[in-house]
Amino acid sequence: MMNHFSNPVLLKELKLRFRAFKSFSGLMFYLVVLCIFVAGFLLVYTQFTGTGFFRPSESFAMFAVLSMLQMGLVMFITPGLTAGAISTEREKQTLNILLTTTQSSSQIIIGKLLSSVAFLILLLIAGLPLYSLVFLFGGVSPSQLITIFLLYLLTLIAIGSIGIMFSTITKKTIVSMIATYGAMIFLAGITAFFFFIGMSMEQMSMAQGTSTNQTPFSPITYFWASINPGALMLTILYPDLATSLESLVGISLPIWIVYIIFYCLITILCLTIAIRKLRANMKTNR
Amino acid sequence: MIEIQGLTKKYGSFTALDNLNLKVEEGVVFGFVGANGAGKSTTFSILATLLSPTSGDALINGKSVVQEPREVRKQIGYMPDFFGVYDQLKADEYLDFYGASYGLSSSEREVLIPQLLELVNLTGKRYEYVDLLSRGMKQRLCLARSLIHDPKVLILDEPASGLDPRARVEMRDILKHLKSMGKTILISSHILPELAEMCDEIGVIDNGRLIAHGNVATIQAQLQGDKRIIVKVINQLERARAFFEEDPHISSIELIEERNEIAFSYRGKPEDQVKLLQKALLAEIPIYTLTEEEKDLEDVFMAITKGADTE
Ligand SMILES: Nc1ncnc2c1ncn2[C@@H]1O[C@H](COP(=O)(O)OP(=O)(O)OP(=O)(O)O)[C@@H](O)[C@H]1O
Ligand SMILES: [Mg+2]
Repeated sequence: MMNHFSNPVLLKELKLRFRAFKSFSGLMFYLVVLCIFVAGFLLVYTQFTGTGFFRPSESFAMFAVLSMLQMGLVMFITPGLTAGAISTEREKQTLNILLTTTQSSSQIIIGKLLSSVAFLILLLIAGLPLYSLVFLFGGVSPSQLITIFLLYLLTLIAIGSIGIMFSTITKKTIVSMIATYGAMIFLAGITAFFFFIGMSMEQMSMAQGTSTNQTPFSPITYFWASINPGALMLTILYPDLATSLESLVGISLPIWIVYIIFYCLITILCLTIAIRKLRANMKTNR
Repeated sequence: MIEIQGLTKKYGSFTALDNLNLKVEEGVVFGFVGANGAGKSTTFSILATLLSPTSGDALINGKSVVQEPREVRKQIGYMPDFFGVYDQLKADEYLDFYGASYGLSSSEREVLIPQLLELVNLTGKRYEYVDLLSRGMKQRLCLARSLIHDPKVLILDEPASGLDPRARVEMRDILKHLKSMGKTILISSHILPELAEMCDEIGVIDNGRLIAHGNVATIQAQLQGDKRIIVKVINQLERARAFFEEDPHISSIELIEERNEIAFSYRGKPEDQVKLLQKALLAEIPIYTLTEEEKDLEDVFMAITKGADTE
């Protein structure tokens, strides 16, 4: 029965991933970026003397920026890890053989996703010691840290699923990469852009007094904010922002609820498409 | 064992397979011959459950490739015409991965892997990276891989392509060994003589249609048509010609005077041929040698696939 739970693709991918120099250098790159940042931050706040004080509020600022930076890095790395998952197998002509084994399509897709997720979790864990610096200076609650790690996890699983889906439905890895990075940029950047446009339009109509009722109500602007990982991160870090956002758009539902629902839906949708399309030349996907 | 029923595959408006029917019994080594683009790989992909037929079906050990692809996958070992290997993976890990992919337990795999490597003569390469192996070695490793779940049927798409003569012979020996283990083997090639040597039966496919099917000798006879006989006489060429011209089975006589030879097409039973010779001796035709010009399989192949070029 053990067999039922083991996933050969996952095990093999992990083995290959940890054997590849690429992964090692990726991990190094990630840690170096974080270290440079933390060192720079400390230097700036102590006025390059190395003797200044470091107050809890500043420690919190460092925590906030470190969290945003890590989110950025994870979002940037995830497409690279997943967007080639199936298409490189196709390009290397190993996919045909894999598809004639008795593994189900879902086993293969899930195995591919989990192996990338595992590597990203490793990155996050490797970055943890830097967070200990923050804890050393205080100002951050462990529950905040856990919330933020859950946010990372959900986001990277969703973006990873997008990558796997594009990798399954496109023939070439390069196309899949572009599409996945496009989707990532849309979620991280374009949504923020739309949000600000929505906000300024709201403000304009308020200023002109054309708005019939005084309480604002703009669900679309709210939606753009709620699916933006940066926005959610900020509201977790600074809960005041959440209340002001809610009053600005006139919707009192916390945005993390919408975020969780939206990213879970993306994950389910993308994985379903990927599983369906893996054996695209077969009418049945068993 | 393998039953292909009215298999048709269309790519858009192009018909790659046209109502293919074929039955291969258990334990038979079946060779699939055809020119480039005849539809061999398409047929094999459908049998390997990688491609859905436009219509028709194929049963492998009673399981339909359309209805129960998962069951079919358990029964078949497939080797594609072109395939790649993962880099960073050693030969035994390569086999181990596919063993696991077929749901074998790790203890089963541990026993099987050395045996399979032994079978394909790769024991010495067990701990080498697969992407660094030579092409022939990769091919043999791929064959070992296709055997890992002990399938009853092997579907091998040009397993000998790109191999040197020695490796071809080795591959043939491995296949003979597999045949002796009772496997049903479907193998494709565009080299007819190569197939003729190791196959029990041969099917010739052309433009997606099966144009001949049977054992090697039958195919040869079926495709060869009339045989050509060359008679060398010492002298009296004209008299000999007049004699042979009378025989009803003989047509298109040719005189090759400088070599004292008469060539003609002969269409008759072997008994008739014996009678003809006896008559010739009685008539004191000075026959020096008599040879049958044998069309080899290469010629047969050229003859049957000629249609493809002109269409
Ligand atoms: N995906 C595809 N789309 C369109 N046409 C295809 C596709 N795959 C194969 N064909 C066509 O189907 C025909 C049969 O191809 P197939 O690969 O089965 O030939 P083959 O007998 O294996 O040839 P070869 O000896 O070169 O391997 C060819 O004319 C080919 O162009
Ligand atoms: Mg082919």
